[in-house]
Amino acid sequence: MALFPDPFNTLLGLQTALDTFRTSGWLQSSPSGGGSYPPLNVFRKGDGFVLIAEVPGIARSDLDIQVKGRTIRLAGRKSVQYSEKASLHRRERLSGRFDRSITLPIEIDPDAVKAECHDGILALSLPRAEQDKPRSIKIG
Amino acid sequence: MPDEHEIAVREKQELAKKEEKTIPGRYYVPTADIFETEDALTVILEMPGVEKQHVDIALEEDTLRVEGQIDFSKYQGMEPVYTEYNIGHYARAFTLSGKIDRDGISAQLDDGVLTLTLPKAKESKPRRIAVN
Repeated sequence: MALFPDPFNTLLGLQTALDTFRTSGWLQSSPSGGGSYPPLNVFRKGDGFVLIAEVPGIARSDLDIQVKGRTIRLAGRKSVQYSEKASLHRRERLSGRFDRSITLPIEIDPDAVKAECHDGILALSLPRAEQDKPRSIKIG
Repeated sequence: MPDEHEIAVREKQELAKKEEKTIPGRYYVPTADIFETEDALTVILEMPGVEKQHVDIALEEDTLRVEGQIDFSKYQGMEPVYTEYNIGHYARAFTLSGKIDRDGISAQLDDGVLTLTLPKAKESKPRRIAVN
């Protein structure tokens, strides 16, 4: 029995462990909203937040918005269609499905969330939940 | 199904200025699709946030210029806390061939997607020649 472990064996073991970690799908985006499309901007407005995303060409019926606690999930599908006989010269617009979620530092009142979609811009107004609002305490 | 893959995020590309703009603000290149059918050339541009009255389409000689202005007043009173993309106006120019029927160009804006239909001039449409 060797007193010290074989350095090559150790290195190989580490490499194998890293490889399994990398290929296990553990880090890959899962159906539970791990994607990064669409890009979002979050603004503070009064007590709550406003979340804005660019969703050009996505039909309202293809957008699925869910709110729970502090997390918002945006899922859907974007399709880009061409007429059948067309020959493409340039293709930059992307199509496919998307599913992402974002967690905010405040709790959201899910019943008061308003979603608007105009000109390819999705705006979600996310008011802070009543029980999450800070209470001011008077000194008696 | 080719539609099933997940969309990757594409970062907005800032417009390399060839000439000075008279309106302050950043300009971005809208993503575009161009395809051709027998009768027309179609240009589709994604300009999210641009309203109909703020789209400017101009045709000078052989250059078709499309500009879309963003209404920044909508963002007033809001403090950005987390940002993933930049907001700015859109501008892009295309060089047309002479085969376009200039008077027949039409444009439509739906959900931030501008569709330009450039009908082909009659003489450049393919003609079927029957063999006797």
